[in-house]
Amino acid sequence: MLQGIGWLDSIGPRLQRAFVEGERWKLYLQGLGVTLELTVVALIFGVLLGLVVAVVRTAHDQQRLGRKNPVLGVLNVLCQIYTTVIRGTPMLVQLYIWTFVIFPSERNKVLVGFIGLGVNSGAYVAEIIRGGLMSVDAGQSEAGRSLGLNYFDTMRFIVIPQAFKNILPSLGNEFITLFKDTSLVQAIGGAEMLYYASTIGGRTFDYMPPLIGIAAMYLVVVILFTWLQGKLERRLRESDRR
Amino acid sequence: MIDVKNLSKSFGKHLVLDNISEHISPGEKVVVIGPSGSGKSTFLRCLNLLEEPSGGSITFDGTVITDPKTDINKIRRQMGMVFQHFNLFPNMTIRKNITLAPVRTGLMKQEEADETALTLLKRVGLEEKENSYPAQLSGGQKQRIAIVRALAMRPKLMLFDEPTSALDPEMVGEVLEVMKELAEEGMTMVVVTHEMGFAREVGTRVLFMDGGKILEQNEPHAFFDAPREERTREFLSKVL
Ligand SMILES: Nc1ncnc2c1ncn2[C@@H]1O[C@H](COP(=O)(O)OP(=O)(O)OP(=O)(O)O)[C@@H](O)[C@H]1O
Ligand SMILES: [Mg+2]
Repeated sequence: MLQGIGWLDSIGPRLQRAFVEGERWKLYLQGLGVTLELTVVALIFGVLLGLVVAVVRTAHDQQRLGRKNPVLGVLNVLCQIYTTVIRGTPMLVQLYIWTFVIFPSERNKVLVGFIGLGVNSGAYVAEIIRGGLMSVDAGQSEAGRSLGLNYFDTMRFIVIPQAFKNILPSLGNEFITLFKDTSLVQAIGGAEMLYYASTIGGRTFDYMPPLIGIAAMYLVVVILFTWLQGKLERRLRESDRR
Repeated sequence: MIDVKNLSKSFGKHLVLDNISEHISPGEKVVVIGPSGSGKSTFLRCLNLLEEPSGGSITFDGTVITDPKTDINKIRRQMGMVFQHFNLFPNMTIRKNITLAPVRTGLMKQEEADETALTLLKRVGLEEKENSYPAQLSGGQKQRIAIVRALAMRPKLMLFDEPTSALDPEMVGEVLEVMKELAEEGMTMVVVTHEMGFAREVGTRVLFMDGGKILEQNEPHAFFDAPREERTREFLSKVL
């Protein structure tokens, strides 16, 4: 009981030390900036990579029999290996491999983080996009092809715009996952939010306030983003009813 | 115009088309009937290679389209296809639905395609729907637009796969009317349908399919009045 009150008594100075002293709050914001940057850059990288992989794999699956393109065959196998390996191994192990095996002399750990997260995200985004493309009724591309449109025009004007509506929500979820997973970059020494929180915790011998603090920051961003996502989805659904 | 030789198609072990040979001449209106699962759609879809035949060959205007070296996109531009479920593009206006293919394939410039679309829309009485989206149309209107969309490519041949089967009964007439006019203009047509009245009135030849084969065929009046095969009589007694 007494201990409980003592804990309450000391909360003021502990917060003071964790956030105010030496303008430490600036470090958290700086960390948040890097975290957001990691998320956005990795997602863009992931979407580009994922789009290429998804198009290669879909194009390969939809080829005419007896007219298989060998180059596409090789690319398809490479893409399959890529998604299998990335989705079948832990993200942290991948980050360690990028840092200690592939780029051991790179000092900019955030840069390595971009690559590690982006390559990881690409594999998941590829599956999201592929699923979105497959969710469009086969009759749509049949109608396009029966008019004499080629494969790419059919994709570009008919399938992809319709797939987009199905892809967008999953892509939002991927953003949220990625945003939280950026904390793993701390383990390779990238100065993002968790990195600053643990450094401050170590320096003040008090981990509770900084960790709870950044947990709250992650949470606020996720809630904010989820809200935005819901708004956007409602807007898209309305355009369906025109 | 189309020459089908020993066409076979199987899905896995399931033989759906069993060694079909058939010839379709310009101007013919061939009506394909038969029980469900007999392979009518598969046969039609092989003609423009939406289904890849497992065996045999198909020749269109002297080009062997089953040859892997043939540019199938060029061939398909000359064959229109109308589907049971319309398959209009929901993300585009009606005008865009109609003009996309003629413009993208280089057949027409945008203005010319727009004019063509308007002329065709007037013909089916839907010119005021130009800027609507497919979701705003009734089934019958959608199917008339789907026919117009195919016609905008100025095809030599039109394939119809049960164009009225997904329609409410009161809308069947308006679609059949458009098809009838098209037939009168001399379009070569292959129509899979359950509309026996249409087959009798518009068809120049009726094919009866069963079990992946063309079991019997004849000129419509002879076909309906004096079917030769037992299976045909049995089928007709159910649908007439
Ligand atoms: N993509 C496919 N994969 C596997 N089997 C298929 C496929 N398409 C059709 N089939 C099978 O082929 C057979 C013939 O189908 P098809 O659609 O040609 O029949 P249909 O005569 O058009 O029938 P319906 O009057 O019901 O439209 C059916 O048994 C069907 O299950
Ligand atoms: Mg069918």
